[in-house]
Amino acid sequence: MLRVEGLGKIYGPGGPADVEGTGPEFGRSVSPSTGAVVGCWDVGFEVAAGEALGVIGESGSGKSTVMRCIAGDQTATTGSAHIRTVDGGEADVMGFDPSRRRSLRVDELAVVYQDPSEGLDLHVSAGGNVADRLTAAGWRNFGDIRRRAAELLARTEVPLDRMDDPVSTFSGGMRQRVQLAKALANQPSVLLLDEPTTGLDASVAAGVLDLIRDLLQETGVAAVVVSHDFAVIEMLTRRSLVMHHSRVVEAGLTDQLLEDPQHPYSQRLVGAARG
Amino acid sequence: MTLADVLATTGPAPASEVAVELTPILDESAKREIRRAVLTAIAVPGYQVPFGSREMPVARGWGSGGLQISLAVVGDDDVVKVYDQGEDGGVNAANLRRLIRRSEGVKTTTDAREASVIQTRHRVPEDELIADQILVLQVPVPEPLRGIERDMNELRRMHAEADYARMWVSLYEDIVRNGVITRTTGYPCLVDGRYVIATTPIPRWDVPPLHQAKFLSLFGAGREKRIYAIPPYTDVEPLTFDDVPFEVEEVSEPCRCGLICPGDEQGAYLVELPAQDGTSQWVCSDTDWCTRHRVANGVLGSEALDDADELW
Repeated sequence: MLRVEGLGKIYGPGGPADVEGTGPEFGRSVSPSTGAVVGCWDVGFEVAAGEALGVIGESGSGKSTVMRCIAGDQTATTGSAHIRTVDGGEADVMGFDPSRRRSLRVDELAVVYQDPSEGLDLHVSAGGNVADRLTAAGWRNFGDIRRRAAELLARTEVPLDRMDDPVSTFSGGMRQRVQLAKALANQPSVLLLDEPTTGLDASVAAGVLDLIRDLLQETGVAAVVVSHDFAVIEMLTRRSLVMHHSRVVEAGLTDQLLEDPQHPYSQRLVGAARG
Repeated sequence: MTLADVLATTGPAPASEVAVELTPILDESAKREIRRAVLTAIAVPGYQVPFGSREMPVARGWGSGGLQISLAVVGDDDVVKVYDQGEDGGVNAANLRRLIRRSEGVKTTTDAREASVIQTRHRVPEDELIADQILVLQVPVPEPLRGIERDMNELRRMHAEADYARMWVSLYEDIVRNGVITRTTGYPCLVDGRYVIATTPIPRWDVPPLHQAKFLSLFGAGREKRIYAIPPYTDVEPLTFDDVPFEVEEVSEPCRCGLICPGDEQGAYLVELPAQDGTSQWVCSDTDWCTRHRVANGVLGSEALDDADELW
């Protein structure tokens, strides 16, 4: 469903020359010659419909950069991304102009951010936030919009008697549930989740994770889950990438990766998480 | 210029049409710049064209945008009407009318049928305007998305991509909170299927006459330095949901002119007209129309029309 090839992002005016001397083998992601920051480089993966891919790594390893480049929040320096439901998978969605990229975000490509204020308008009600996606997709019937918003919020377990309250009055876990409802409003084919439960306390995070797992199974969406938390990756995904210093250092089945990590960095990461 | 000269040019209008020396407010290059902005606005219906709003002898927010358009578009043969909140005799309207006459040497009138350029605040005339007439509106806030987004660059992007989802969300929120869409003046309308405009400063009542109108509407915002236009025969659709019909203000009383206003069996949308003694009366748009119909109904004697002329 989603195919990403050769994705790279360099901050600053640099080009591919800045990549030399960076990466895990050099232990740095800042170019020694130019000082340019390499956000991610040579990242490629495929995700099938109904599958979830994990991207794991320490903070600063480039996993969020990968997600933001695919989502269109940032412009990639190089690389391509194809979505099967967009122009039959022929078109490189990263090559789209900003306007087309935004329209992609309405129905094909949804994102759930770690910080709800990035994905939601906190001054608008929960229903209004879902309505935002629906009206963007051309819904113009108030009754229909309201029914659909209620249906989605019910599915993501937001109490319906709070549907008309501003999201700013919601707790962190409920905000994430509203984000999920909004993201799924137009049945996207690709869902990107950036640290969806980071910052929530353990019991709330567990509830949200359960919900995400059910939704992924139900909707058959192709998902990319970015997290530094092994528990999240283990629960939601079958396959994972490990990122370190802006490169993918290991890729494989999540179970295997956690039980038998090959790359020294993965071993350290797993060792630290498992104590 | 001595003080006496200044007083002579700002004092009461001469009773007879004696030749007075003109005191132009805008130079020709300024007028040309404004006319260019107006032409762009007409070419792209609903698009807000920036222009170099000049300092005017009226404060910004008191009709300086409308005044600049009027000054720029009138020619020698034009007849100008200016009215304010439906009232021809209001202080601001009378002063603007006088300013335009002194600046451009054009004739002025209170009769919307005679005027070729009608500058207005808050109302569209009840007289059915015809082709070749120009309605100039004094706009306080030209940006329909102002309450929704503050970042100017983001606003430009939203207009450029016709990304009005958040405008729809604000209407949705309005209905959820209040049961109805509560916007009165400045009701958002889609012009020519492309740009959303604020129909400020007119009430909802006056929005339907703008749809497929024969006349040209020019909106000038002096403080915000924007001009936009609705060309003749252009679609103007008030934004509303399919299952929530657009409604104008509910009125139950006819105007004291006794006439049911055109297109409506219920009554007329009235505006308050303050009187000399501190009381006020409620009249339709505009006072000249109202007087004419009261004379026709025999409520007033024909001398009332002469009084209206004195407003010049």
